[in-house]
Amino acid sequence: MGACLCLPSLWAQGNQYLTAEASQKLVVKRGASAEAKIAVSVQPGFHVNSNTPSDAYLIPLKLTWVPDGALEPGAVVFPKPQLEKYEFSDKPLSVFTGDFELTAKFKAPASASHGPGIMLGKLRYQACNNNSCFPPKTVEVRLSYQVQ
Amino acid sequence: MSALRLGTVLATGVLLGCLVYWGWPAKPARAASLKPDGERHAAPDFALKDADGKTVRLSDYKGKVVLLDFWATYCGPCKIEIPWFMDFERKHKDQGFSVLGVSMDDDGWDAVKPFVNDVGINYRIMVGNDSTADMFGGIEALPTTFLIDRDGKIAAVHVGLTSKSDFENAIEQLLQTPAHSAGGRGRVSLPAELVGAR
Repeated sequence: MGACLCLPSLWAQGNQYLTAEASQKLVVKRGASAEAKIAVSVQPGFHVNSNTPSDAYLIPLKLTWVPDGALEPGAVVFPKPQLEKYEFSDKPLSVFTGDFELTAKFKAPASASHGPGIMLGKLRYQACNNNSCFPPKTVEVRLSYQVQ
Repeated sequence: MSALRLGTVLATGVLLGCLVYWGWPAKPARAASLKPDGERHAAPDFALKDADGKTVRLSDYKGKVVLLDFWATYCGPCKIEIPWFMDFERKHKDQGFSVLGVSMDDDGWDAVKPFVNDVGINYRIMVGNDSTADMFGGIEALPTTFLIDRDGKIAAVHVGLTSKSDFENAIEQLLQTPAHSAGGRGRVSLPAELVGAR
């Protein structure tokens, strides 16, 4: 049976269709706010839904942070989405393709300890290409920081 | 060349000419997407609940041609194909044909039921899981659609959006072919965890 069923398995469960990483170490003073840039790269030929998809059934791009007790995560700023028309859709879809950047805001409470730390982010996305879609996936983003 | 041999050559030529002109008395052409009989393998049986909570087993459809569609509500290409499948269900259901849809939505029926109602899907929908996908080779790209013949064997696999005419041609071809064996489906044992998944 394996021979005839191998085609779908070309898309192994572990495949990721984008990468995301913090552009540089975040340095923030106690009691102050700071912004981290997260570089995201979608594989050529694929797109991911934007943070504001065109259809209620579509799954948005979403970045969340695991609280570590030191930094307080704030808003995430997304770039302006592209409106792209695909063969499978009657209307243009709100998507991201290629390379783009997210801005993640943080605040260090006045009571925060001095020193280094790592914030763990989870970027959830749902990718498609011109004729197929893929189940939603999550990539981890590690942000090194220094509280001064 | 003797007269007899010349006559044989001429007669053979005339016969060949007639065959070329009127066509070879051959089997009808196989739809491009269909595997030859000898290359087909039994479809794995599964048991999943439909929207009414009834258990659906692939083996229940023994003797029928089945279009088995793995899809999701977030999948744009799937939404192009679903109206075609509704059309096929209407057109061929009395000829021993059924469409079965297995949704791979992580949110299960919470996501699927509103969509099914919005679209008015006229065939049975179940919610699948990773175990179901693994039985069929680890489905990742949606839609992935299997055409299963009356013997319960996988006659075609389509990954991604496929043309309506490809499906239509293959379905019509499969419907014209009678089942070869008494048993077809149900040969694969059923993992208990699939029953009532989600």
